[in-house]
Amino acid sequence: MAPGREGYAAMHGLVNKAIQSFVCDTYGDDAWASIVGDAPDVPHRFEAMLSYDDPITDRVIDLVSRHLDKSRDTLLEDVGIYLVSHPDVPGPRRLLRFAGATFEEFLHSLEYLPDRVRLALPELELPPIRVRDAGRRRFTLETGELFEGYAHVLVGLVRAMSDEYGALTTFEYSGRSDDASLVKVAVHAKRFRAGRDFRLGMAVT
Amino acid sequence: MSVRDGSQTTLGRAALDRVLPLHLVLSAAGEILQVGPTLAKVTADAPLFGQAFFDRFELRRPTGLGSVAKILASPARTLRLRLNGPSPIVFTGLAAPLDDGCALVVLSFGIGVVDVLQKHDLTSTDFAPTDLTIEMLYLREAQTAALEEWRKLSERLAGARDAAEERAFTDTLTGLGNRRAVDALASKLVAAGEPFALVLIDLDYFKEVNDSLGHVAGDAVLKVVAEVLREETRRTDMVGRVGGDEFVVLMAGVAETGLARDISGRILARLDRDISVPGGLARVSASIGITATSHYCQPDFTTMMQDADQALYRSKDGGRGQYSVGRPAGPVARTAAPGER
Repeated sequence: MAPGREGYAAMHGLVNKAIQSFVCDTYGDDAWASIVGDAPDVPHRFEAMLSYDDPITDRVIDLVSRHLDKSRDTLLEDVGIYLVSHPDVPGPRRLLRFAGATFEEFLHSLEYLPDRVRLALPELELPPIRVRDAGRRRFTLETGELFEGYAHVLVGLVRAMSDEYGALTTFEYSGRSDDASLVKVAVHAKRFRAGRDFRLGMAVT
Repeated sequence: MSVRDGSQTTLGRAALDRVLPLHLVLSAAGEILQVGPTLAKVTADAPLFGQAFFDRFELRRPTGLGSVAKILASPARTLRLRLNGPSPIVFTGLAAPLDDGCALVVLSFGIGVVDVLQKHDLTSTDFAPTDLTIEMLYLREAQTAALEEWRKLSERLAGARDAAEERAFTDTLTGLGNRRAVDALASKLVAAGEPFALVLIDLDYFKEVNDSLGHVAGDAVLKVVAEVLREETRRTDMVGRVGGDEFVVLMAGVAETGLARDISGRILARLDRDISVPGGLARVSASIGITATSHYCQPDFTTMMQDADQALYRSKDGGRGQYSVGRPAGPVARTAAPGER
């Protein structure tokens, strides 16, 4: 697949690769093979560092959603959870943990997430995220769309990070208004249980 | 202890700890009076408090300053300090005067922070939020992950390229087989014990065509020659281009050189004319060496190629535009009949 050009709608391969890895690591390589096997318009393997035409991402999400008999929203939330909690992909969890020492700090730091991502991968432009602190440990996350249902990836990500910090949290996806999706987060207990260990100095080999 | 800016601002210990977790306060005599919380954490094995600064730290830059007063009076802004001990740490520092000849020394791990983190369990709360150390660590980790992805991609691409080359049996210019294809078929025939004749063809005057008319003309000649070879050989023969202007014909099922000589004669006749190419007319001929499996007790393709090559050079020496038949060296050598050449 031709790498995307400037000014041309091109999805960063990392997004497509994340969906592929989710399917392979959760349902097995065979599941992925049968999903893309019958689809001549979709590459059989995505490269995280290449770009792909935008519609391919939507197409892949549709194919996976149909194959797994999961709604698009549920599927994308599962992808978000997978990115943070699967032991084979330690990267995103670690990078997100850099954002803060507590879950609430982490929530606030989501506003910086697109900038942080761009620092590491200049071509990956995530839509802006706005975090509103509604008081009494209630927050509203507002995000634009990278693709249809993108906000559900964020829900999965934040849900898994809440476990990561040991917080007890509930989520409510309150739909879209204009171009933005709203997610309500309520933190019921900051330290419901012990969070997972995080050390700044990773074993970079 | 307080920091004064004119008579306006004073900074208490708690405030200093909060904004500069990696700081020291030194008395005029060089005694360590105060240690920032993060610095205290990484020196917990051998606490700094109350110790002589110059005993615990080696001032690497600027050199030769043995007192707090001299450090404060030095025009050098940057201090390089090495904390001595079982696990030394190198700091970048900055000194500023306090009341009564005391000094505030602010430290930074700088790039060395990564090594410090391997040894000490620091968290983001050990750094001031204004300190970019955490951002640097984040960036380092993110870049490492991105580089790893690039590395894996490069490896996969290199592997794919090798595999593609491995599979490629075709010379892209002429559409003939390439050396790999010729080697593969020859190995197969030798392994199966099947007889075959080998014709090795080297173009004469090809370099002159390239030099005088250019490579486009040269390529056109190669295509015409390839066409001639295809037409003059049997459907079951394999024709390959094994070098710039070198071709091979493998004739499976032909143990003797007779048919190969006939075909070589026809090829030479076909090439004995001008070839129309971009930029003019080109004229080449060919020198040919022939051998066949019946010349050998144990046919071996490498040896056969060497013998065909020797025969080819006899053709060149004999005046070009002709073929010669190779004879194997060793006890099974046969004398070629006169006129075989």
